[in-house]
Amino acid sequence: MSLLSRFLTWSRQHSTLALLMIPLVLAGLAINAFGSSLLLNIYTYFCVSLIMVLSLQMFMGNSGILNWVHIGFVGVGAYASAILSTAPMVKSMGVPNMFPALVALNMPVIPAIMIGGLIAAVLAAIIGYPLMRLSDFVGVITLFATLIVFHVIMTQWDNVTNGPRTFFGVPEFTTLTVALIGALIAIMVAYWFRESGLGLRLRASRDDRYAAMSVGIDVVRVRYYGFITSALIAGMAGGVWAHFITSFSPKAFYMSEMFILLAMLVIGGSGSISGAFMGTTFVTIAREALRQVEGTVNNAHVLPFDVFGLTEAVMAVLMITILIWRPGGVVGGQEITWPLFKRKSPIKEVEDGV
Amino acid sequence: MMNLEFMINTISLGSLYALLSLGLVLVFGILKLVNFAYGEYLMIGGYGLYFSATVLHAPWWAMVVFGILAAILTSYLSELAAFRPVRNKSANALLVTSFAVSIFLQNAVLILVSPRARAVPLPPIFSQTVNIYGAVTPVRNLLIIGTTISVLILLSLLMKKTVLGLAMRAASDKFTTTRLMGVPANLVISAAFVISGLLAGISSIFWIGRSASVDPVTGAAPLLIAFIATVVGGMHSPAGAVVGGFVYGLLFNVLSITLPASMISYRDAFMFVIVVLFLLIRPEGIIKGGYTEERVG
Repeated sequence: MSLLSRFLTWSRQHSTLALLMIPLVLAGLAINAFGSSLLLNIYTYFCVSLIMVLSLQMFMGNSGILNWVHIGFVGVGAYASAILSTAPMVKSMGVPNMFPALVALNMPVIPAIMIGGLIAAVLAAIIGYPLMRLSDFVGVITLFATLIVFHVIMTQWDNVTNGPRTFFGVPEFTTLTVALIGALIAIMVAYWFRESGLGLRLRASRDDRYAAMSVGIDVVRVRYYGFITSALIAGMAGGVWAHFITSFSPKAFYMSEMFILLAMLVIGGSGSISGAFMGTTFVTIAREALRQVEGTVNNAHVLPFDVFGLTEAVMAVLMITILIWRPGGVVGGQEITWPLFKRKSPIKEVEDGV
Repeated sequence: MMNLEFMINTISLGSLYALLSLGLVLVFGILKLVNFAYGEYLMIGGYGLYFSATVLHAPWWAMVVFGILAAILTSYLSELAAFRPVRNKSANALLVTSFAVSIFLQNAVLILVSPRARAVPLPPIFSQTVNIYGAVTPVRNLLIIGTTISVLILLSLLMKKTVLGLAMRAASDKFTTTRLMGVPANLVISAAFVISGLLAGISSIFWIGRSASVDPVTGAAPLLIAFIATVVGGMHSPAGAVVGGFVYGLLFNVLSITLPASMISYRDAFMFVIVVLFLLIRPEGIIKGGYTEERVG
């Protein structure tokens, strides 16, 4: 086979990547050139959310385990990267009780983000093995309880996180370009992971645990590796987020944020990278639109009360509607491929695997 | 008489937790749904109490009825509108739905009432204390114990002696076969949600009774307690839920006493770590269920 035809086959096989990455870059360039600063902000935030959702997809989408702790790993990465890179002066003012050893730390942002990801991964490796043995409802509830443990520690350990108070003064680093590059890398990593042998084994364990075991897949081990990889990317996403937001508190890594991430993944379809991508796009647009409505209604004082929480309430209804209509999400378990409309391949993944 | 006080306290706390967990387990048994919206039924029950007291100026017994009815109605409506259409989809779809219902109810209250806490005027009996052989304890602790005992008796009568109870027990063992025997699925599931709402309503009175106020996130803490208690006790039987509730109450009180003051704010973290470690040794909980099907078709 000639090199050219091999390249053509390869690019046809992986057309999903191009279909997702090219529009992302084009939209980014357009907004960078012509967009208002508000739009620029929204797009940067969108790219950061995309990294978080893709890392959530890596584990949750492929293993079928509802991973509540995910936002906790994002938080670990955010705090780690913030502590590593913020100037000692700022830390000693902002976090009065911080351990002196931590105050002294001061390194460039990129290695700080990397180390943040590594710390999240190591943490996942420590707590993950026992958790991965539990399946179904017991697994869900223990992961949920683990998120609460994370939250309690983040709000109470004021020598490190400044407790429930805001951690501020994180150097700004994440511009649209940085976030865009991050999102592109995340798409490639998540895609590669899904198509890799590990990802395939993980998907097999999701579709039928016992059948997977019977062909020799060590389900616990496969989940364990998936969990760690997902936490690594989540931690880095947290770092990227921290250098965009620059001040945050433990509230940002709890239920309501997890709900948004889940909504993004589930509405699009957690079984595929395309689903995660579409869901994030859709939810970001819907959320910004609803925020505008909420703001306008509150500012115009047409109602005798303020409508806080409208965004979340509408989001929840939307999510239920989509779950009723298409339990596998809008895209479902299949990736989008070129050509866009063709006969479905005879091998179908489980459609209702959220 | 520290010990008697500790005992009464633990038993009443355990009773409340047992009630909470029981409501969660009834639905779980049949639908295999871990219902994240369960805490919100309790929260709506609390708002039922609040509105009947402040708007309707109802007497205490009417408040109780109103609160419980609000919780039952919420539970039933959530089943009808959200859970029924996704019932035969994947387990995760059902879970995410229940989480969305929970978020929806919280924010609906946020919009319609207020994000701030509302004081719930309760009858004075809730704040009075009595002296039993030297142990001083709030009357509501004794009320909880009494209520729990009567609820447990009534519920076991319902489950053991009535056709509906028989159908529900059969459905939680093998749902498909139960349907083949001519039991309507919707009826059994709705009944489970109604009873679950009833239990949430009853616990809501005592839960709200402790702080005498209600806000949109009131449901989070009891939900978590019910989760952990059922997992510890065993999710496959009502008995497991009750045992889990008492064990959790005991653990909570013991940790509250033994932890040094500087560590007390980490109490929840300690508790969950203990629970996770326990589950590693015994993932099925204290009480092992009998035969159970993995999922409802």
